[in-house]
Amino acid sequence: MKKFTRTLTCILALSTITTVAIADEDAELVINGDLNISTKAAAPADSALDELISGWRFRTNETQALQMDDFDNPSFIFIEQGEDLYAKVDGSEGKSCASCHEDVASFEGLKSTLPRHNATTGKLDTMETLVNDCRTERMGAEPWKWSKGKMTAMTSLISLQSRGMPINVKTDGEAAGAYDLGKELYYTRVGQLDMSCANCHEDNYGNMIRADHLSQGQINGFPTYRLKNAKMNSIHARFKGCMKNIRATPFKEGSDEFRALELYVASRGNGLSVESPSVRN
Amino acid sequence: MLLRSLIAVSATLISTSVIAGDISPTDVSFGEYGGISGSLTGVAGDPVAGKKVSTNRKLGNCLACHVNDDASAQSFHGEVGPELNGAGSRWSEEELRGIVVNSKNTFEGTIMPAFYSTQNGVRTLKKFVGKTILSAQQVEDVVAYILTLKEE
Repeated sequence: MKKFTRTLTCILALSTITTVAIADEDAELVINGDLNISTKAAAPADSALDELISGWRFRTNETQALQMDDFDNPSFIFIEQGEDLYAKVDGSEGKSCASCHEDVASFEGLKSTLPRHNATTGKLDTMETLVNDCRTERMGAEPWKWSKGKMTAMTSLISLQSRGMPINVKTDGEAAGAYDLGKELYYTRVGQLDMSCANCHEDNYGNMIRADHLSQGQINGFPTYRLKNAKMNSIHARFKGCMKNIRATPFKEGSDEFRALELYVASRGNGLSVESPSVRN
Repeated sequence: MLLRSLIAVSATLISTSVIAGDISPTDVSFGEYGGISGSLTGVAGDPVAGKKVSTNRKLGNCLACHVNDDASAQSFHGEVGPELNGAGSRWSEEELRGIVVNSKNTFEGTIMPAFYSTQNGVRTLKKFVGKTILSAQQVEDVVAYILTLKEE
C-alpha cells in the first residue's frame, strides 16, 4: 500500500510539471521537516566558482518540493529495492551485504569521501567499484553493471546514509594525478558543438538554455532520480548524456577518465551537503 | 515511373548540399575582426528558409541560447547569448556570416559552436566527423534571415 501511494504521489506530482517555472534560487532545503541541507556553500579559496550552489536550487518549485519529503521523493521506491538487495544472499559464498556489514547505517560518511584513491590498484575507487569488489571478491557473485537498476538502487541506499554530511573528497597526495586529469577533462572542448563542461556549468550557470536552467553541474545529489527517465541515474551515465548532447564520443562508464572527472567535479562541491537521493528534471 | 521521379528528386536534394561551387569549410577566409566578405555559395540567402533553419533544433537551434521575438511562436528561448532582436541592425552581412561560420574569430573563447567548420572539439562522434552543422547555403539563409531582424 505504501508503495502504491508513493507511485500515485509521483504521478500526481509529474502531472503538475508541464510548464517551466522559474526556480526559487533562494529556497532552503529542509528534508522531512528536520534535516537541514546546505545547498549553498562558500567557495574554497582556489575555486573557479564564486559560491557553490546545489542543482536543487536551479529546479522548479515543484521539483524542489519532491525532495523535501521522503514520502514524495520517488527515489525511495528504489531505496526499498536497495534494502531488499542488501539483505539478499547472492553468489557462491552464501553471503549478503548484511552478512558482513550488518546495518547499512554503518556506511555513514562513505559517500562524502568518494571517489578516493586505492593504494592497491592505483586507481580511484567509486561507490560502484566498492560494491562490485565486495560482490566478486567476498560474495562470489557476478558484478553489477555500472548504471543498471540493481547498482543504482544499492548506491542510492548507501549514499543515503551520508545525507546531510558535507562533501569532502581528497584531491591531493595520491589522488593528485587523477584530480589533474579530471580538471583537464573539465576544461577540454569536445564534440562537434565544441564545448567543455565549463562553458555551460561554470560560465553560464543560472542562465536558461532553451527550457533548461543551467546549474553548476554539482554531483552532491547523485544517484539522482530524473523525471525525464523515471529512474535513478549514476554520475557516469549523466556525464555520458552530456557528452552525447555535445556530439562527442563519451568515455566509458567506469573508465579512468570518468572516475577522474567524477573526483574533480565532486571536489568542486566540497562543502555542499550530500543530498542523495536527489530529484532533478 | 513514380519511383524513378522520386529517386531523381532525392538525388537533386542531396546534390544541393554539396554544390561544387561552395567554399569548403577549410578554405573560408576571415577578415581581421572575424567577418567573411563574400557569399559561401554565390546564391543569395533566403530569409524564409533561414528562419526555419534557425528554429530547427537539429540545425541552427539558435533559440537554445538566443531570444528571438520574431520566433515567438516557439516557446522557451535561451539566454546564454545576446538577443537576436535587432541583430540585423547591429551587425553587417559580413560580420554575421563570420559569426555563424565560426564566431570564435569574432569573440575569442565563445561558447557558440562553429556552424560551418570541420575542425571542432576532440572526440567528435564518428557520424559528425568531417561534417559541418549547417551547409554553406543554410549559413547564407540564416545570415539573410538575421539581417531582417532590425531594431524597431
